[in-house]
Amino acid sequence: MTVLQHVLIVLGVLFVLLNIAAGLIWVERRMLAMWQERLGPNRAGPFGILIVLADTLKLFFKEDWIPPFADKWIFITAPAIVVASVLMGFVIIPFTPTIIVADLNVGLLFFLAMSSLGVYSIVLGGWASNNKYSLLGALRGASQMIAYEVFMGLSLMGVVMMTGSFKLSDIVMAQKNMWFIVTQPLGAIIFFIAGIAETHRLPFDIPEAESELIAGYHAEYSGMKFGMFFIGEYLGITLISAMMATMFFGGYLGPAFLPPWAWFFLKTFAFILFFILLRASLPRPRYDQLMETGWKVLLPLVLLNILVTGAVLLWLKG
Amino acid sequence: MPVLFYIASVVAIISTLMVITRYQPIHALLYLVVSFLAMAMIFLSLGAPFVAILEIILYAGAIIVLLIFVVMMLNLGKDTALQERQWLQPKTWVGPSILCLVLLTELVILLFRSPEVPMQVKPVPMRAVSIALYKEYVIAVELAGFLLMAGIVGAAHISKHRKKHLHRFLQEEAKGPQRRAEKLTMIREKESTEAVLPAEKKPVKKT
Repeated sequence: MTVLQHVLIVLGVLFVLLNIAAGLIWVERRMLAMWQERLGPNRAGPFGILIVLADTLKLFFKEDWIPPFADKWIFITAPAIVVASVLMGFVIIPFTPTIIVADLNVGLLFFLAMSSLGVYSIVLGGWASNNKYSLLGALRGASQMIAYEVFMGLSLMGVVMMTGSFKLSDIVMAQKNMWFIVTQPLGAIIFFIAGIAETHRLPFDIPEAESELIAGYHAEYSGMKFGMFFIGEYLGITLISAMMATMFFGGYLGPAFLPPWAWFFLKTFAFILFFILLRASLPRPRYDQLMETGWKVLLPLVLLNILVTGAVLLWLKG
Repeated sequence: MPVLFYIASVVAIISTLMVITRYQPIHALLYLVVSFLAMAMIFLSLGAPFVAILEIILYAGAIIVLLIFVVMMLNLGKDTALQERQWLQPKTWVGPSILCLVLLTELVILLFRSPEVPMQVKPVPMRAVSIALYKEYVIAVELAGFLLMAGIVGAAHISKHRKKHLHRFLQEEAKGPQRRAEKLTMIREKESTEAVLPAEKKPVKKT
């Protein structure tokens, strides 16, 4: 692969991802409206799709205010961290056999490392705002994300044991005969739950909990800085959906009547829609309930999954 | 590539110096994160990707977040920064730094005198690391496990609730059964007195 091709792939992936993240604003609002029997935004453009443009323009023209009591530099960098860390996570995802930014040997671990760095945006954003509600949101976010990172890593280890590699292209190729959702259903479910908690989406959006914390860690943010948190959240959804498709649902593999990228896109989009359906249907758990389920139910289950997978693998080896 | 190694090293040294000299604890911790990321980069350039990623996941992603978590809750504001500024006077740090500089120059001289060994990058695959951990160093791994287990048990013991503290509204509710019992006895007493009174008025009773 020449340098030019590589640069083109990077730019292309970046362009598509940012457009998907922006388009999800419209998708989410329309789908939520459909499931709640409303119309949703349908005025601007065909099917209201220009709401994306209108929303972006609105965010750009809002006053970009930095509170005088805030820690200025940390306040500015916090929204950038979330977008940067999530975009870095996309580096290792194989979109097709050829379109992948970097097929690292430690690919999966790289993804976990980047998602663990994403905590900083919430913690620093909440702390730098110098505001009680923001700080509470940051505290909740930090403990939630640290707790669920543990299960997120462990839930993927079953797949790694069956493949024998952390390389994502190997993991996809290992699913040629059977998807890992068949052999690792528990791992898949726990990974998805941990993914929701990691992207702090509803129903696990307790760091921002608008009914009690008034948007929590980004209460003081306005304009495009808030927009970065917003885009970061949608990128996070896309990342978790893409990982779900790659790890458990065969990635770009599929019958030959559609090209690989179309299979990948379809699978990822199905999970994005599932994220939105969850938001439309489930209430938010209490903070202590979330933490207790994590440590007392999910952690033992995930360890059991690893134990059983290892035992079965040894048994099959003979 | 030695260039990457040297750039990462310079970043690591500068950020570690900044950790020591910042007045605001959160800023110091952020420089510590940068320092750990630079360390990960050094490991990566020396051909140990597994250790590099673990460095990011464990140190930058978990341990420093916990430190920031604690510092956030301490609510250290401008007063702490002022206090730090007062403590970090030149007269406190000039002496030790000069002595350290002497040691550093000695170290550099020794390093330059020693025979030149070209930096060799020998990538260690993850499988080799895992096999070494679980074969040759298995006792060390298990001892580390014991230590962590002891830490977890200790933390669980310390944080155990001995006394349940309730919000004042909930206290009323928790007292509920007790109050209900008191009320019941009161009502019973009242009933018994009332039962006595009409009995005096109406001496006719069913037998």
